Parts: sequence; C-alpha cells; structure tokens
Amino acid sequence: MSGEPEMNRRGRILLAKVGLDGHDRGVKVVARTLRDAGFEVIYLGLFNSPDGVAAAARDEDVDIVGISMLSGAHLTLAPAVVDALRQIDVDVPVVVGGIVPDGDLTELRAAGIAAVLTPGSSTDEIVATLEGLCR
Amino acid sequence: MSGIPLDAVHGPDGGEFPGQYPYTRGPYASMYRSKLWTMRMFAGFGTAPDTNRRFHDLLRAGGDGLSTAFDMPTLMGIDSDDPRALGEVGRCGVAVDTVDDVADLYAGIDLGSITTSMTINAPAAVVLAMFVANAEAHGVTRARLGGTLQNDILKEYQAQKEFVFPPRASMRLVRDTITFCTAEMPRWHTISISGYHIREAGSTAAQELAFTLANGFAYVELARDAGLDVDAFAPRLSFFFNAHIDFFEEIAKYRAARRTWARWLRDRYGAKDVRSHQLRFHTQTAGVSLTAQQPEVNIVRTAIEALAGVLGGTQSLHTNSYDEALALPTDDAARIALRTQQVIAHETGVANVADPLGGSWFVEQLTDEVEARAESVFAHLLDLGSGSMLEGVIRGVEEGWFQSEISDAAYDFEKRVNRRRRIVVGVNDFFEGNDADEPTLLRITQDDERRQVERLARVRAARDERSVADALTRLRVDAADPERNLMPALIDTVGTRATLGEIMNALADEFGRYVETPRI
Repeated sequence: MSGEPEMNRRGRILLAKVGLDGHDRGVKVVARTLRDAGFEVIYLGLFNSPDGVAAAARDEDVDIVGISMLSGAHLTLAPAVVDALRQIDVDVPVVVGGIVPDGDLTELRAAGIAAVLTPGSSTDEIVATLEGLCR
Repeated sequence: MSGIPLDAVHGPDGGEFPGQYPYTRGPYASMYRSKLWTMRMFAGFGTAPDTNRRFHDLLRAGGDGLSTAFDMPTLMGIDSDDPRALGEVGRCGVAVDTVDDVADLYAGIDLGSITTSMTINAPAAVVLAMFVANAEAHGVTRARLGGTLQNDILKEYQAQKEFVFPPRASMRLVRDTITFCTAEMPRWHTISISGYHIREAGSTAAQELAFTLANGFAYVELARDAGLDVDAFAPRLSFFFNAHIDFFEEIAKYRAARRTWARWLRDRYGAKDVRSHQLRFHTQTAGVSLTAQQPEVNIVRTAIEALAGVLGGTQSLHTNSYDEALALPTDDAARIALRTQQVIAHETGVANVADPLGGSWFVEQLTDEVEARAESVFAHLLDLGSGSMLEGVIRGVEEGWFQSEISDAAYDFEKRVNRRRRIVVGVNDFFEGNDADEPTLLRITQDDERRQVERLARVRAARDERSVADALTRLRVDAADPERNLMPALIDTVGTRATLGEIMNALADEFGRYVETPRI
C-alpha cells in the first residue's frame, strides 16, 4: 500500500479461492505470511471463476497468481485458470496451494502450473518458490 | 482388570455429580455405563448409490448411526449439471440434486430406527424437506424420524463459508425449520450448533466454545422471538465440538460448555425442563491436526483426540481416517478409524466411570478458565447487540469480527509452527519417514460426475414441468411473506422433482445472495 512502496518490491501476488470450496484458513495465512515477507498481496476472496481470476490478474498487473484448493477439484479448475489467462494473453505463472495428491503433480505441471505447494510447506519454502517465479 | 470394584462415579460427599445441574460432569448420572456413545461415522462421496454402499458397510461393521457428507455443489445449493459444479460433483461428499437421490442414499436403511445426521446448512431446509418427503413416500411418518440437521448457518459466515443467502434471510429459514420440527417432528434435532468448523478454521479452544455457545444463544432468542416456549425447542438443540490434540484443554472445554449452557438456559432464558439445561454434543477429531507427512501417525493423533472426547463425556463421536490430509478416506482407513473407537470403548475401561478427571485440580482450574474467557466474549457480543445476543452475533458476522478473530488465531498458530515453538511430528521435526510413498487413496473420477449429471437428466425428463413451475411459484410467494413458514411449500416442491438448484434460485430471487468482503 502507499507509504511503504519499498517494502513491496519483492513482487505483486494475486491470491484467490476458485470454485465452490469455502476453506479459506490456508489462503489467508499464506496471504499474511507473504505480506509480512514483503510481497504485495491482493486477495480476491471466495468463489471466483477462472475467468474472474484471469481478469483480476490482468487488471492488477500481478507477477504471480496463487489459487488455493482443498476440495479435490484442482485437476479441473487449476488448468482452467491457466487457460483463462492464455485466452486474454496474460503471461503470469500460476501456483496451486492446498491438498494435491502426489499422483496429480505431473498432470498439473503438464497443464502449465508453475508450482504446487502442499500442506506442511514452510514459510521459507513458500517465499523462496514465489520469489524464484517473480524474477 | 484386577477386579477392583468401581463406582459409576467418584467424588466427595456433597460435591457435584453427573446428571446434576449445572452438569459440568456430564448430562446423565451413569453416563457410558447405561449407554455408550454413538459411533457415528461421517461418510459421503460420489453418487448416492456409492455412499449408500458405504453406509451399509459401516452399519455392518458395528457403527450405529449415519452421518451424511454432501459435496460442495450440494452444500452451495447448486445442481450437478450447473457449469459452476464442474469438477466438484461427488468430490467432498455425496451429490444430491433431487428427492430421488435422497431415496437412493438411504435405500435399505430403516429410517424409523437408525438415526441420521445430515451436514448441510445453507440449503438445510430444502434437504430436510427431501428427507421427509422420501421417508413418507416409503411409509415412515415424519413424527417417527430421528436424526439431526446441522442447520447452523451462523458458523458458515464465521468459519466454514458455505453460505448462499444473507444472514437475516438465512435465520428466517432456521426459524422455519425449528418451528416446523417442534410441531411435527418430535424426535428430530433441529440444529447441531457447531464449533467444529470454527476450530478447523483456526480458532483457539476457548474461542470455539465462546462462539459456538453464543450462536446457540442466538438461536434460542430467534425461536423465542418466533413465539415458542424455550422448553418446547431447547431440548432438541444439540452441539458439535472439535477434539483437537491439546488433550486436557479439550476436556476442560467440554466440561465448561455444559456448565455455561445450563446456567444461561436456566437463568437468562428461563428454561425449566432439565433437558433444556443439559448440553449434549457430538465430537469429531480434528481434521486440521492430521498431517500429509507420515500419515500413519494420524492414527495415533486421532486416538488421543477421541479419548479426550470420551473423557469429556461426548454423546457421539466421529474419528477421522489417517489418510484424510490427502483425500477422502478409503474403506480400509475408515474401518481403522471406527476400530479406534471400539478399542477405547471396549478395551481401555475408560467408559466404566463417569467424568474420571472431575476433581483434578488442573482440569477443574482449566474448566474455570475456559468458561471465564467465554463469558468475556459473551459480554462483548451483548454489547454489540445492545443486550440481544441474536443481534450481537449477526452484527459480529456482518462486521467481520468473528472472521478476523479466527484468522488472527490461525496466523498466530502458523507462526508458532514455523518458528518451531510448537512441534508437529513430521512437519517441523522428526522427518525420517517423510519420503515414503503416499498410501493408496480414494479416487473420485470425472466418471462419477458424468453418472450424476446423466441421472439428473433422466429425472428432469421424467417429471411434470407444469407442476414443478407451479410449486416454485408458490414457494416464491411464501418466501416473500416473512411470517409464512416455508417448510410445507418446500415439502410439496421437492415432491415434484424440482431440483435443489431450482429451489435455491427461487429463494434467492426473494432473499438475495450474500457476498463476503474479502479480508486478510
């Protein structure tokens, strides 16, 4: 926010819940963690559509899109977010956070997901992953 | 085991005993000696026939009550063929679109004897209508139906976030279910006032207790304001608490819950029936305490949490499966979870004596402290509502007070784990074993979604569209009159095979939809 622009030079991140899953504990903790680590965080809230997330990513000119999912719908919704971004020519990496079985990782990567952060990821791992993608 | 004779309860002469006001030590005098807790395992996935098979398995394995988990589209009142449901049908629970799915879900189960719990909130009144319509179509009258509707919309806004209508419209639906069930379904528990999700979203134990009881007081005021005598409905309110890993604090929480509820119901709300004073609760072990790392260790966590629920005097219990940090449980994992309860019940001897920790200086002091913290939350909410708990809780929701209290506590917990001030085995210490392969997980495929969408298409094709449209019109008219009870119109409407989505959309035409302001 204004007043402390130097603090937010690490990158600008859009975080959102996609689909019908209301579990927002994880995404809110991650949002605060990233903000404390010096990122600028825009949190879109609950029940976003893939198109809505893509439009917000364009309008907010973010470096990364982070979507949080715990409902098992990641194989459908995460690639849909990647496609929605491509449709409007926004080239921004998409990171998935939440419950994703190991067996689904390959499929998500193939669909263009830049990184997957699963339960137990430490603050350091989250920050390092996102910082790497911001460059 | 040594043959030492045990009394049903131990305590000093003149001390407080279970079954006596204010029920700190338990709602009933002899507790598990007369009746063990109900081993009520939560299940739901895929289509209704899939879940029906799991129900029959659980009943055969010795479970004695059913508890239904619905998928996200159902929880949000969205049909399986709605584009917004894509990828979510049958994933987190069973998909229900019409009364025909409810018929499949409970096929072959005697609804007049097995009690059924349904975890549903925003569309709770509609699903209750489907349950009643289905039972009556199978010859079981509504008066004989025993079970529980979660129907606790307040905690949805605070924590679980599966809401549809704005808070005040939602509370009208809750009022309608309470007045309907009070008049026509004497065996039915109208609300399961739930701290579980508040805790899962990150609250502390004291916040879980305080917010849950405050919500309970709000529902009491809602029904009282609708003209019901408190003793006519309060005995049918039940509670649902979390069993987290901080063992003694959890036990203190359950004891403080009973005492606080009894005092408020008697002294503030004038309840005279002891059943209105007696807080009865279901417990579920803490989903958030499960780790994706070394998942077998979750069996141990769950056993310890379940023991806390039993020592705290729970009336029913669900134990989580060890693989639930990764996916919905497999049959094998669900059976181990049930076996955990059976070991506690039949091997350990902990069920022989009521409130075995009563009188422990530590547990008694912790009980007092949790209660005192809850009372200070009640004072804040009463202030917010100018003396009304109903108004205070609704304002607390609208202003985001509960939501920020919970997310502050969640962030504080996360920081402690990250700084290793709190050790979680496999997560921030004791990593050996983390590299092992994941266990075999339950896979819900897109095939389940396709089967459900086809099923819905068949129901739509076979129904009489004219009677669906007429019923929905009448429902809108009733919804527009705030004095009208919506349950009769809902029961008629579901009978026409109107879908859950169609009914919720009709209600939203009158009530509007709630959008939460995103806050970090």
